[in-house]
Amino acid sequence: MRSADNESKIYGNLDAVLAEVRHALGKFLDTGESTTIDLNALPFGAGDESALFEALGHGEVEMVLTAMGQSRLWESRYAGVWLVAHHNGQGERVALQIEITDVPSIARSQRGDMEEALRRLPDSPWSAVG
Amino acid sequence: MADTDTLGESLRRLGVTRRGFLKFCAATASMMALPPGAAAAMAAALEKARRPSVIWLSFQECTGCTESLTRSDAPSLEGLIFNAISLDYHHTLQAAAGSAAEAAREQAMKESWGKYLLVVDGSIPLANPGYSTIAGISNVEMLKETAQGAAAIVAVGTCAAFGGLPKARPNPTGAVSVSDLITDKPIINVSGCPPIGAVITGVLAQYLTFGQLPDLDAYRRPRAFYGQSIHDRCYRRPFYDKGLFAESFDDEGAKKGWCLYRLGCKGPMTYNACATLRWNQGTSWPVEAGHPCLGCSEPSFWDAGGFYKALSVPTAEVARTAGYALAAGVAIGGVAGMVGQSIKTTAATGHQKVTVDELEA
Repeated sequence: MRSADNESKIYGNLDAVLAEVRHALGKFLDTGESTTIDLNALPFGAGDESALFEALGHGEVEMVLTAMGQSRLWESRYAGVWLVAHHNGQGERVALQIEITDVPSIARSQRGDMEEALRRLPDSPWSAVG
Repeated sequence: MADTDTLGESLRRLGVTRRGFLKFCAATASMMALPPGAAAAMAAALEKARRPSVIWLSFQECTGCTESLTRSDAPSLEGLIFNAISLDYHHTLQAAAGSAAEAAREQAMKESWGKYLLVVDGSIPLANPGYSTIAGISNVEMLKETAQGAAAIVAVGTCAAFGGLPKARPNPTGAVSVSDLITDKPIINVSGCPPIGAVITGVLAQYLTFGQLPDLDAYRRPRAFYGQSIHDRCYRRPFYDKGLFAESFDDEGAKKGWCLYRLGCKGPMTYNACATLRWNQGTSWPVEAGHPCLGCSEPSFWDAGGFYKALSVPTAEVARTAGYALAAGVAIGGVAGMVGQSIKTTAATGHQKVTVDELEA
């Protein structure tokens, strides 16, 4: 159970993540290099995750990606700090990442898909209907 | 049968888009503890990978390992990888039985000789080969025959990796592990009772992605999953460092979620990914549920002297021994560990219970 019970204070795992986010945001501004922090790989205790969500908050943009289940991408109240939660077809979360970048990489159109789209795109609106 | 399809093509046919695939790779990289940036490289490699033929042999086992893998929901990452490989023989899952099933195995072996992956769960009885047979073929015979043409062998579960519960004293069936019998093939041990489903598919995904076996530890376990102890990845570790321990299952410490070391937690000597991957679709894991780690991914965990006995409890007596050792230039931690280890070994040899008094003596 990962309830918002403020227990995270006693584990103290949150400070390290926020320090890494701060460092990564500085790096992106200096060099343009994105950073992805994999939250599944961190030893979070009950309450740590909700405390992190609370600390980062919600910003202006939220996206839903529908591919093999839904993924939710939202910018935190700190510009350039995105949260990416991948869910499978059953709605279970399979990955949770913080991405420090301007646009999360998975939101971008994939080149292979665009090439296929160009082949499929009709010459005129009528041929698509027909 | 293994075909000429690439993994990318076969996934595309299953309706998986490139974004979906990238998402799959992000989640797989995450569970394999690869750097998050590896997802894109992985997607590129997996796109082009050929579907490998996999032969799965089950010997003396409880089917828990197969359950662990197949009960993970479909279409999960595990399910997806499983759809993408060509599982040519698995007698629990396949419809065919008896000689028809054996014919499928022989055909898969012939078609992919030298290239197929052999997955084994369960230990192999040597005391009397008749203890466990499939279509009249003894386990040892089937293993040796099938191993010959395998590119690599994945021993899934602690039984296949180390002998497991069938090997517990007095080992009535003379159970041995895969690596006790096969010495001329690369073997990867994916231990655990059962192993986490994602670890099994993670190893397969890694093999497909990089075309080579993952980096292994001294027990031939993939370091990506078994590289760190439960203790080092445990969210309760800060309590251990502060000396805050639960002394019973219902005391104040237990309620506050303190360290379970004194209740017998084998986290410090156990290498596995439970603390980060968790169980039941990432819901929880033993320590989070308030129970000490049993050490199920370690060799001989079944004979290690009791699940609820602390590994070692430093006492004045140990401190005195350590004091002498220190004079001789040996670190205290090493000596305490050695004392605990020797008690554990004695217990394992004689299959005796270790009492707290004995540990403190």
